[in-house]
Amino acid sequence: MTPVVEIAWTHIVSKPKQTIVAMLGVTFGIGMFIALVSLMTGLNQFTEDVTMTSSPDIHIYHDITRERQSILEEMNPGGINVVHHQKPKAETPKLRNALQIVENIRKDPRVSGVAPTLSSQVFYNYGPVQLNGQILGVDILEEDKLFDIRSRLKSGKLEDLKSNPDGILVGTGLARKLNAATGDRVVITTPEGYTMTLKILGTFQMGIGAVDNVRAYANIATVQTILQQDQTYITDINIKVHDRQKAKAIAPEYEALFHYKAEDWETANATFLTGVTIRNIITWSVSVTLLIVAGFGIYNILTMTIYNKMKDIAILKAMGFAGTDVRMIFMFQSLVIGFAGGLMGLIIGYLLSWLISKAPFEGGDIVSLDHFPVNFDPMYYVIGIVFGVLTTAFAGYTPSRKASRVDPIEIIRGQ
Amino acid sequence: MEPVLQTRKISKYFYEPEKFQVLKQIDLTVNRGEFLCLMGKSGCGKSTLMYVLSTMDTDYEGELEIAGENLKGKSQNYLSAFRNKHIGFIFQFHYLLPEFTALQNVMLPALKLGRYSRAEIESRAYDKLKILGVADQALKISSKLSGGQQQRVAIARALINDPDIIMGDEPTGNLDSYNSNLVFDILQELTHTYRQTIIAVTHDEDFANRSDRVVEMSDGRIIRGDNGNASPPHLV
Ligand SMILES: Nc1ncnc2c1ncn2[C@@H]1O[C@H](COP(=O)(O)OP(=O)(O)OP(=O)(O)O)[C@@H](O)[C@H]1O
Ligand SMILES: [Mg+2]
Repeated sequence: MTPVVEIAWTHIVSKPKQTIVAMLGVTFGIGMFIALVSLMTGLNQFTEDVTMTSSPDIHIYHDITRERQSILEEMNPGGINVVHHQKPKAETPKLRNALQIVENIRKDPRVSGVAPTLSSQVFYNYGPVQLNGQILGVDILEEDKLFDIRSRLKSGKLEDLKSNPDGILVGTGLARKLNAATGDRVVITTPEGYTMTLKILGTFQMGIGAVDNVRAYANIATVQTILQQDQTYITDINIKVHDRQKAKAIAPEYEALFHYKAEDWETANATFLTGVTIRNIITWSVSVTLLIVAGFGIYNILTMTIYNKMKDIAILKAMGFAGTDVRMIFMFQSLVIGFAGGLMGLIIGYLLSWLISKAPFEGGDIVSLDHFPVNFDPMYYVIGIVFGVLTTAFAGYTPSRKASRVDPIEIIRGQ
Repeated sequence: MEPVLQTRKISKYFYEPEKFQVLKQIDLTVNRGEFLCLMGKSGCGKSTLMYVLSTMDTDYEGELEIAGENLKGKSQNYLSAFRNKHIGFIFQFHYLLPEFTALQNVMLPALKLGRYSRAEIESRAYDKLKILGVADQALKISSKLSGGQQQRVAIARALINDPDIIMGDEPTGNLDSYNSNLVFDILQELTHTYRQTIIAVTHDEDFANRSDRVVEMSDGRIIRGDNGNASPPHLV
């Protein structure tokens, strides 16, 4: 031990109360930071996961409400044309050459999966009651590549659907509403009046009420039959790309290439993503505030210590300790306080997070959750301790510098 | 005779509350092994001179040479290291670090110097405490010692790095007559036995009369006892 460390250490242990109070400031700050960040990022990740399961990286569809050129403008180009309350043309949502498009996209090396789908509004008949819902015609194995349906199955098998032309997989919420289980039959009616009896081959749970309460998967051909359309009738193409962050750049390419609307997940979930940003801002600003408060605590205690130790500092300097030695003594003290307080903070933070993750939480119909989702990413513990030590280093810097500049003569003469 | 400390025309001013010259062209030579007492009326500038000699005060005009080294214009860090090695300081108020034991207090300057191993430093510290007759107090927390014991520990601390000079600003000023006699005897023994150079400020006539040389100051000048290589005050 160098004398500098020895002196600093003696200061720390000879005033245990003061040291502990300073440490508790850091402990509290970091503990809360860990708990807050773990919960918030846990929630964010959960919502993100859930949202992403229902939204593809890129979604290609025929946007029939899209602004179009009016006839007047076609007839009188460049003139002053005013068209009030223009309505969309009667167009089907069908994607022309959908299968050709799918083949083309499949060749794109950035793409890891393409699933053509079509969907229809349907009524599920439950005795005399009709439940509003949606039926998706998919190649279930392709769809599985995009949305990992297999792991979300509560009963049944994907392969059963593949081989069964009048089978469906229904959301758990929908099954509950229909009071139906795997093996039961349900009758569906389309808005056009077409009726069909389908067999439930399995149930799935995506985790969001908006999906689980209304959605059923069937084979593409089945839905084409329900809609009384031909085998080329496809309304949507869902695409998964290797790097999700590139989706935003790829979507416009496809839009230009195929002349259909191509929407990336970021655009589709813009509202949700602002929610994440706001939660992050709150989390980080509260954490930083806590740490700053802890920093002020250390600053005060260190300033007080130095004030009380003026005489000691003068003696040290008279004995030949340099200003830098004196500064190191007090910096060492604040860093030890920061590090020890920070470590305790990590433990407290972990315990708090653990308690939160065990607290029951009723997600209701909206999300399927029974406990708070908590993120135990070790990254945040690293950030926590680094933050804690940095804060104390900052807090200790000014008082330590002041100590290093004490003029011993003034102190000795002052006696 | 080998001079260990030499000043050439040291002057110093204070500017608060108004400009005023505390030290006026001080020329002083101190030889190795000498026990020198600095006397003078209160306010004549003794402490101020001691702080300049101790290298803690660098705001002066003139030259200061200790152990053959000219210290004018050296950096603070350099002077710290120099003090650590060459100068032992004894304060009027027995300034020990209150949370440390007597032994630790004595060891600190040596640990800072780093010339010996910790074990060697410890045994040397014990030796010094023995010379001062306080070896039995070594492991006590220093704030638990009596005033006289504390001052003796402080002297042991000043000795630990075998400094060229020990400086004391009224080292017995805060002690009763028994203890100041004791401290004086110790200082005298140090010069006689170990040829230790000592410069001490004192108001005590008896103390001064028993030293090797008395230098008297008045109004920022040395008026008596400087050993001749300076101009007599009436010629300045
Ligand atoms: N920091 C300062 N600023 C201004 N004037 C000072 C300062 N320190 C000391 N003085 C003045 O300088 C003069 C010399 O002071 P110094 O402390 O050296 O006297 P001294 O001889 O040690 O006196 P004493 O015997 O009372 O200790 C005094 O007049 C004092 O008022
Ligand atoms: Mg004085």
